[in-house]
Amino acid sequence: MSAQPFDPRARRADFPALGRVFSDGRRLVYLDNAATTQKPRAVLAATRRYYEESAGNVHRAVHRLAAEATGLYEDARQKIATFIGAPSPKTVVFTHGATEGINIVAHGWARKFLQPGDAVLTTAMEHHSNFIPWQQAVSARGATLRLAPVLDDGTLDRDAFRRLLTPEVKLVALTHASNVLGTINPVAELIREAHAAGARVLVDGAQSAPHLPLDVAALDADFLVFSGHKMLGPTGIGVLFAKPEMLDAMDPLLTGGEMISRVWDDHATWAEPPQKFEAGTPHIAGAIGLGAAVDYLAHLGHAALRQHEQKLTAYALEQLGALPGLKIFGRAPERLGVISFALEGLHPHDIAQFCDRDGIAIRAGHMCAQPLLRRLGVPAVSRASFHLYNDTDDVDALVASLLAVRKFFHAT
Amino acid sequence: MQLDDLYQEVILDHYRHPRHFAELTEGEALVDEENPLCGDHLKLDAHVADGKLTDVRIHCQGCAICSASASMMAEAVSDQPLEIIRRKAASFLALLRGEGAANEDELGDLLALRGVAEFPLRVKCATMPWHALEAALKRLAP
Ligand SMILES: Cc1ncc(COP(=O)(O)O)c(C=O)c1O
Repeated sequence: MSAQPFDPRARRADFPALGRVFSDGRRLVYLDNAATTQKPRAVLAATRRYYEESAGNVHRAVHRLAAEATGLYEDARQKIATFIGAPSPKTVVFTHGATEGINIVAHGWARKFLQPGDAVLTTAMEHHSNFIPWQQAVSARGATLRLAPVLDDGTLDRDAFRRLLTPEVKLVALTHASNVLGTINPVAELIREAHAAGARVLVDGAQSAPHLPLDVAALDADFLVFSGHKMLGPTGIGVLFAKPEMLDAMDPLLTGGEMISRVWDDHATWAEPPQKFEAGTPHIAGAIGLGAAVDYLAHLGHAALRQHEQKLTAYALEQLGALPGLKIFGRAPERLGVISFALEGLHPHDIAQFCDRDGIAIRAGHMCAQPLLRRLGVPAVSRASFHLYNDTDDVDALVASLLAVRKFFHAT
Repeated sequence: MQLDDLYQEVILDHYRHPRHFAELTEGEALVDEENPLCGDHLKLDAHVADGKLTDVRIHCQGCAICSASASMMAEAVSDQPLEIIRRKAASFLALLRGEGAANEDELGDLLALRGVAEFPLRVKCATMPWHALEAALKRLAP
């Protein structure tokens, strides 16, 4: 790796979309990375090469394209296993995203093993993806769902978490980082506590995988899910990691071709994991693209990316915090560059509309976290979120836009 | 992109000084609409007397477009005969779909919201109050 300091503005050239200039002459300022990121040329080229040269199906035929496709697909699985510290590529299941990964576990593990009276423990800062599947699973099994509360600074209430972690809890479903508050949860410690209490742990890595080094072996996570599109990869591809014994015990969510071992008239046996969980033709190009995305991230290096994003986040918190009437939700010391805020007297939709006029993409709404927003006491927030190609010029543009929208609505 | 077309003066006026707005408690409202995309929330209550809509009260937690649309709607339908209200609703919704409205002259100030049609992601903000009204009419005069 080069000893040069990381230069975010130079990296923008790797992302064709960031060179976009709109018909009104505005350049794109992309600050909605927690929703989805832009894609570097390396990812676009890898998916394109598959479609142009190697578009065979996987695991099915002996011809050359099928062999190439299978090779590329399985190489991608290996790259991802290495990226997350998984002991074997066999523990890496391709899904269509974090949501599907959670549903596979909720269906194939929770609904199979939860007993009436058992509990699933989650937190009040989860994305709906890591919430609804558990609501559904516990109600199907006569179990209950517990929510560990969030403190005023946006961190998890660790005392309440411990109190709620009684022997009835069979599973803890926990986000590694909040898509609203930016809070990074101390997952290593929480997993240790959960295991000591006899519970398994699913980590939602949708927000962390794009920004933080992950090591499922060191964390001792039982399950980890994430989405490719939030980490520079294609849409429609994601990953479920699970320990081998969990994959063996779980039932598949989808059944059909490609996931079987032998099929008789009246029953069938399943292929070994990960194929057991990959029914049907998978998103081959997506998996290959995600492999290229983790190569790109690994090449830049987590340490350099993290240092840049921390500096930029500190700058943004300072600049935004200095705006009169601006309130930031979440002040956790350990955090990502995900900043949700309210501007006094202004609705997030109107704020986002003005930002869009200036070419700035931010998010406005409930962020798929209604239980959290209810606790924050607001129906909607505005959110700016960064990735490696953002820099202080983007923050300055956002601040200028926010000043303009305030002026517009407060003028009488 | 011209935001002045979206946020016209009359719209800003209704947003800053909404008409017929009130705090409506749980259960007090006839309809309770939520836009699941953005969390905007609108409650509406009204009565019918002598074939006219009366006592329109709206509780709105929404953006400028949603609030202004609700306020302008309340003004446009208060003490109006139901068949005229139904016609206005149909014309307004057609206008926001970008279709020419049949009885444009009846819409008056509401025409200021026609610019919203150019912002597809905001059309729902402007139409939500009218969908709430249609739901209310179904209950008041089935
Ligand atoms: C924390 C978190 N979990 C899960 C998801 C769901 O990801 P996807 O929609 O890619 O399945 C998201 C996406 O917004 C998220 O932020």
